[in-house]
Amino acid sequence: MGVFKFASCDGCQLQLLSCEDELLSIADAIDIVHFLEASSHVEPGPYDIALVEGSITTNVDRNRILEVRKHSKYLVTIGACATAGGIQALKNWGDRSDYLRAVYARPEYIETLSTSTAIADHVKVDFELRGCPINRLQLIDVILSLLADRAPRTPRHSVCLDCKRRGTVCIAVAQDAVCLGPITQAGCGAICPAYQRGCYGCFGPAAQPNCDSLADWYLAGRATPVELVPLLRNFNANAPAFRECGDRIDPFLDSGGTT
Amino acid sequence: MEEPCLIEKSELNRLIERLIREGFLVLGPRVEDSAILYCEIQSMRDLPRGYRDTQEPGKYRVAESNGENYFEFNLGPHSWKQFLFPPKQSVSSCKKTDNGWEFTTNVDSPPKFAFLGVRACELAAIEVQDRVFLEGPFVDPVYQARRESTFIIAVNCTVAASTCFCTSMGTGPKCKSAFDLALTELDDGFVVEVGTTRGRSMISDLNIRKIDREHASDSQLLQQRACDQITKRMDTSGIRNLLLENLDHPHWDDVAKRCLSCTNCTMVCPTCFCSSVTEVSNLSGDQIERERQWDSCFNVDFSYTASGTVRDDVRSRYRQWLTHKLASWHDQFDSSGCVGCGRCITWCPVGIDLTAEVAAIRNTPFSNRTLPVIQPVSKAACAFPKDFKP
Ligand code: SF4
Ligand code: SF4
Ligand code: SF4
Ligand code: SF4
Repeated sequence: MGVFKFASCDGCQLQLLSCEDELLSIADAIDIVHFLEASSHVEPGPYDIALVEGSITTNVDRNRILEVRKHSKYLVTIGACATAGGIQALKNWGDRSDYLRAVYARPEYIETLSTSTAIADHVKVDFELRGCPINRLQLIDVILSLLADRAPRTPRHSVCLDCKRRGTVCIAVAQDAVCLGPITQAGCGAICPAYQRGCYGCFGPAAQPNCDSLADWYLAGRATPVELVPLLRNFNANAPAFRECGDRIDPFLDSGGTT
Repeated sequence: MEEPCLIEKSELNRLIERLIREGFLVLGPRVEDSAILYCEIQSMRDLPRGYRDTQEPGKYRVAESNGENYFEFNLGPHSWKQFLFPPKQSVSSCKKTDNGWEFTTNVDSPPKFAFLGVRACELAAIEVQDRVFLEGPFVDPVYQARRESTFIIAVNCTVAASTCFCTSMGTGPKCKSAFDLALTELDDGFVVEVGTTRGRSMISDLNIRKIDREHASDSQLLQQRACDQITKRMDTSGIRNLLLENLDHPHWDDVAKRCLSCTNCTMVCPTCFCSSVTEVSNLSGDQIERERQWDSCFNVDFSYTASGTVRDDVRSRYRQWLTHKLASWHDQFDSSGCVGCGRCITWCPVGIDLTAEVAAIRNTPFSNRTLPVIQPVSKAACAFPKDFKP
């Protein structure tokens, strides 16, 4: 197995390292031959499993992901950056040269694409593991499922189902909270509502999400577009369902927006 | 049934103490996390005295009032289902040994429950789940072990929420059966009705007074008040055929535009019983737990089969839920699957109200295509015959 990093914060790879107890058993079952976060010793491919973290934001990376794909049997993307472009996909709504001028003293030294995009926009991906960051138990299950040749247990339903299973009182109904749980894929264990915070959508859109209905309900008295748009545009801003809904209700969006 | 009697309010504490002494885990209403939930109760002090709730589609609030009563509210998001049919349960396990796989059925020993404050609609819901889990050819051991020892203290509603419609479903607000004891809260005491001999003996050491005419009429008036406060209605006449004959009604598309398919309605519904079973292995793959978890027809993967997903859009999932609840449930279990508690209305994050959806279908007969004649579904097609033995 190889672990590869693109534009990302390393948080998802760290989830692999934080598997502590399980990591030893995992290391028994597979050889990790490329994992710079853990060891500077790397071996060349081919790889049975490539775990890919991060999004594509540069030309160099656009070519590098082609190489990773070429040498890997299963390519699994991990985290919101790799599956949806990450928080850095906010650049997709702005002007690249503005950002470069604002951040860097010598912008001409920076070579970057105008967009941050998911790995699947560039190569064929065998499995996408959601989350910002991913849930380490889901990561272990995906690795186990590849070893056992079975489907992984990564449900596609809403966060609400897990919220109810753990007995949390719905804060959207009882406290008028703005919660993305009904349109967000489960995986985190419904943590935020249990701490009286609305879901931030870390795991991206659930299967067949009805974002427009939820957004219209919240906009009818509970939230303004100025509050709701940034919620839809965070870690999974460029996931199509969240992007389209955010763009629909964005009062400032002119034709110069994302495509 | 014997004549009701009267106890002072504080006697309820002695009843709770006695239940605890006899080894019951007493569960009852309690204010937690901005709602009235069903939790462990040690004494009357834990009860939501003076609290009131207000409910409407997609909205729930609980607030202190200047009232003194212990049960002047209706339903919260919890139901007794979570105790009798736990959200997550390990049902069996298997282990790899030198002699091959070893299988064990997990038998647990749940506590003896005493439910305090069960409303009429909830009694009806427990009876519905009894038919599902105990009266078919397959008895569910997890449910059975919990249900058999459960002691039920019902409470007659003296107020109703705007989402309640038990009167339409014939389930309330008066508790008629399926309880050990039933209370009606007056200003100066509880009227107690005894439903079982077990209930009778549980109050044997309380200070019981004979009920006088005034108390009897107060109790009547308060129960009538709850009835009068119920404004929501569902016309159930011919509802089974109405829904099954309208499977192509355009209104299903209308509700699909609003429904999030989030599963909340099925989770809070006290009669919904669906679950999924999965095997979870340890890292080395030699120890496997078979887990049962609450699941829902609104989960897209719930109808996933070898040939794909059967109900692959929100329209078909909402339609499945409503037609099962209100129509095919009659064929399967000889009753409606809805007891009119209104939880699905309050706890739907976008306030979808099943009574309004049914009315919309009833009020706009769908006639621009010829519908096939629906034959009454034979029992055998929906469920195992009653005398079936596995
Ligand atoms: S709190 Fe959020 S995630 Fe939980 S049930 Fe309510 S809407 Fe769904
Ligand atoms: S539906 Fe009827 S029985 Fe149930 S809480 Fe409301 S008034 Fe009481
Ligand atoms: S009816 Fe409401 S609670 Fe039920 S799945 Fe649809 S949106 Fe969720
Ligand atoms: S369908 Fe709704 S009103 Fe009927 S029993 Fe279930 S939660 Fe209560």
